Amino acid sequence: MSLDKDTVRKIAFLARIRVPEDALEPLAGELSNILGWVEQLSEVDTDGVEPMTSVADLSWPRRQDVVNDGGDAHAVLANATEPEAAPGGEAKGGFFTVPKVVE
Amino acid sequence: MSYLIEGESGDWDVVIGLEVHAQITSQAKLFSGSATAFGAGPNTQVSLVDAAMPGMLPVINEYCVEQAVKTGLGLKAQINRHSVFERKNYFYADLPQGYQISQFAEPIVGEGIVVLDMPDGTTREIGIERLHMEQDAGKSMHDQDPKRSFIDLNRSGVALMEIVSKPDLRSPEEAGMYVRKLRSILRYLGTCDGNMEEGSMRADVNVSVRPAGSGELRTRTETKNVNSVRFIMQVIEHESARQVQAYESDEEIVQETRLFDAARGETRSMRSKEFAHDYRYFPDPDLLPVVLSEDEVEAIRASLPELPDDIKQRFIDTMGLTAYDAGVLVADKETANYFEQVAKGHDAKIAANWVTGNLFGALNKAGRSIADSPVTADALSELLDLMADDTISGRIAKDVFEEMFETGRGAKQIVEDKGLEQITDTGAIEAAVDAVVTDNPDQVADFRGGNEKAIGWFVGQVMKATEGKANPKLVNELLRKKLAK
Amino acid sequence: MSELNKKTIAEAARGLEDGDFTSEELTRACLDAMEAARDINAFITETPDIALARAGESDARRAAGNATGPLDGIPIAVKDLFCTEGVLTTAGSHILDGFTPPYESTVTQNLRDAGAVMLGKTNLDEFAMGSANITSYYGPVKNPWTADSGDKQGKDLVPGGSSGGSAAAVAALIAPGALGTDTGGSIRQPASFTGIVGMKPTYGRCSRWGIVAFASSLDQAGPLTRTVEDAALLLGGMAGHDAKDSTSAPMDLPDFTAGLKDGIRGLKVGIPKEYTMDGMPAEIEALWAQGRDWLTGQGAQCVEVSLPHTQYALPTYYIVAPAEASSNLARYDGVRYGLRVPGDSLDDMYEATRGEGFGEEVRRRVLIGTYVLSAGYYDAYYIKAQKLRTLIARDFQNAFADVDVLLTPTAPSAAFVIGEKMDDPVAMYLNDIFTVPASLAGLPAISVPAGLDGDGLPLGLHLIAKPFDEATLFRAAFALEDAAGFDAKPGVGPGGGS
Repeated sequence: MSLDKDTVRKIAFLARIRVPEDALEPLAGELSNILGWVEQLSEVDTDGVEPMTSVADLSWPRRQDVVNDGGDAHAVLANATEPEAAPGGEAKGGFFTVPKVVE
Repeated sequence: MSYLIEGESGDWDVVIGLEVHAQITSQAKLFSGSATAFGAGPNTQVSLVDAAMPGMLPVINEYCVEQAVKTGLGLKAQINRHSVFERKNYFYADLPQGYQISQFAEPIVGEGIVVLDMPDGTTREIGIERLHMEQDAGKSMHDQDPKRSFIDLNRSGVALMEIVSKPDLRSPEEAGMYVRKLRSILRYLGTCDGNMEEGSMRADVNVSVRPAGSGELRTRTETKNVNSVRFIMQVIEHESARQVQAYESDEEIVQETRLFDAARGETRSMRSKEFAHDYRYFPDPDLLPVVLSEDEVEAIRASLPELPDDIKQRFIDTMGLTAYDAGVLVADKETANYFEQVAKGHDAKIAANWVTGNLFGALNKAGRSIADSPVTADALSELLDLMADDTISGRIAKDVFEEMFETGRGAKQIVEDKGLEQITDTGAIEAAVDAVVTDNPDQVADFRGGNEKAIGWFVGQVMKATEGKANPKLVNELLRKKLAK
Repeated sequence: MSELNKKTIAEAARGLEDGDFTSEELTRACLDAMEAARDINAFITETPDIALARAGESDARRAAGNATGPLDGIPIAVKDLFCTEGVLTTAGSHILDGFTPPYESTVTQNLRDAGAVMLGKTNLDEFAMGSANITSYYGPVKNPWTADSGDKQGKDLVPGGSSGGSAAAVAALIAPGALGTDTGGSIRQPASFTGIVGMKPTYGRCSRWGIVAFASSLDQAGPLTRTVEDAALLLGGMAGHDAKDSTSAPMDLPDFTAGLKDGIRGLKVGIPKEYTMDGMPAEIEALWAQGRDWLTGQGAQCVEVSLPHTQYALPTYYIVAPAEASSNLARYDGVRYGLRVPGDSLDDMYEATRGEGFGEEVRRRVLIGTYVLSAGYYDAYYIKAQKLRTLIARDFQNAFADVDVLLTPTAPSAAFVIGEKMDDPVAMYLNDIFTVPASLAGLPAISVPAGLDGDGLPLGLHLIAKPFDEATLFRAAFALEDAAGFDAKPGVGPGGGS
């Protein structure tokens, strides 16, 4: 599989990573190279083989329906960029903030 | 119930499918131990897991899984004893992980059925395609600041069931009935409180149109996050009309996500979210498949309450109610319980009339729900007792009921205080009858001349004279006797 | 007292217990060594205050007769992929700028509870993606070893990766032990490059809670130490079931040192024939043969086994790991922690932040991962790879029906010069060719230093065992270590000699 520049631009947007225009072409080459190499898997017949989901051969662990976490907005917001206190002050919680979203 | 849109080129049918997101009733979130209560301060019900801090891992809340299975059983659906949580990858401000943990290829519940009770007493089956569990996103607020949106993650990670209908719905009314019925079932089951105002239930509405009678399925649009039955119906009305107009103007309908503008009552395209959707689902490697034993499923089945369809059938079969009345009475759990309590020891049809007539009327007028009705089931029961043993007449009962509704006082007490007991003393009634007959010779002549219907007028006069307390049966008998002379 | 930093964990534990020295003295010796060897750039964050405080607490516990066990008072270095409460945690990435977790990873908490002393947070490849520790935002780590002949002489060498800082810290005698994580070889390959022991336990043995995720189905924490016994001791302090990690195995924690020295008479060792690769250096081939002889000499029986899908392990890994990483790294969006580069719109901010915050290798892998999961390619790449993974795991199951452990080389070469293999990602990926298969199957594996190449650089041998059979793995590794008698030590810095 050979990726072109446009495809790389599209994937980069899906991944929300800005790639400078002049880096697209070389990146397309690198990614194509890697994809070309992994494509050797196609030579293996895998008909009827179950895809693995986890090597952990366990039954699913269960959490009880009990409230035992949360309640500390300060800890949750401590590392945020430009958090905003709740209307009633920090003790009432606070918000994360992002550039204004227009829906 | 046919719903046709008249276009210039002819009539059009509308095809509707609903994806209802119902919040699972639970104390804690689907994958963390933080609370789900409504109305808390921003980000105060957020764990490090919900905020997607580095290295945080989800652990499944087993009660939420049981609730989903219970719902599946209530929808008479297939339960998939092996289901898988996957990641739905996309970026959005209120989605801290950059993916939503959901179920995709292997949902916990497969095909099922919702039965609609049509106004003519018939029923109609709407297919359920699937039910899967997923976590809710947080909430963005766009109107607090000129340059920024604010994010509250309290809802992030709250357990939801997405219940996907087949495209079986054919009119706004049907869609409304479907949502009400689904909500009723969830509330009977106790798996979702159905509170649309608090966001416990909301729907994505898929609409397409096609020339009437054709079997084709045309391109559909999806209007997201519609949060009331009325709005769902408006979305369908607006969107189907818009599509018909587009087709008739030779425009294309594109498959897209739309937004409902409640203020304008119309839908509009959400182009900002449209670009390059590719969710890249894959099984969440932080979680193991949910595997349930047959015993576990059967234990949940054994815990199911009696559901509205079954109760309705019982009301018809054993109480002799009409399908329509039975349908109305089971529409929500509180009403059904209320009715059953009132019907105990009384004529079921009379009880049904009182509940669906007087009670509903009064509640409607007062804007109250049956849960906070001033007249409890026991109180209404007492009133029916007084009628049954002829202490009061039906007419008086209506007045007593009104007073009960207004004051919250008991029926017996009101009747006693106001001396509303029925007059069954023949002498007293006879005196009133005599007076009426004597005072109205013209009407007597009219009756005797063959106008049998005039008896009603005489009864009215006697009742008026006795302030409605005379036993109507005795009044009738005595009048006929006197007038025959 | 200045030599205390050279002690192994077992030696130091004995010394502490016998009262020969205090944890504070031991810790100070390590902190001095850390300062002296700063030029190798093994640490992103040094935590001397925390170290001395915990050493003091340990000494107080011991004085009161309440020492918790063999790790009480032992200094260790912690890969900067483990979240540590109140201490900057970077994952080697610009995008986690300033991130100070309000929580402690389960593994580091377990070690705190066991009384271990954290010296600092070690350098690593960005988000653990790399095999040379050259992708860190905080600069490359230098291998304490230098070549004493050949083309590499006089040049700075890589320590391997991604746990390069941890490996270098242990090899440079800064810490007797360090924590690493291993996704495709990130503990074992740097251990081989730096002449120390590096061990990856069975997937599920150590909790992943609080470790910055790279590829969730593969990531495992493990110890880097100078001896096999130390690895067993350190793992004992790290491992254990954790209800907060759904993939953590609900199993009792054994004493990994029990039976360590019982010998391997009668042990069946499989030699996978597919690990003989075209173009494998003769020295590696010879060391592998030597390893067979050593184990045979200790009473084991070596037999050839077949793992037919071995050659597909690396490409399988380079689909699965980037796919998971592309999703795991989506949370670094500039909103709740770390770097934010301002933008006019939400997407603009995301793209700017992630464009600037991620280095080239991370970007490459996130894009590959995004691509292989995208509509139309999912089945051909991701599902195909997960099917191969099933076949690879099945190969091991079949082999382990006949043998107890497998012996392979750890890496296809010794440490290389910093700056090499930078232009060709696939050539860099080949470093993990012998370590990745066990990762895909979730098996425990260990690299034991076994010899030096012609340039005087260390080479490791690699043992793989059955799931949760770490006891047999350590026993075989101990026998191999004993037979190899590897005791070379590095100088520090170019021209330092060995």
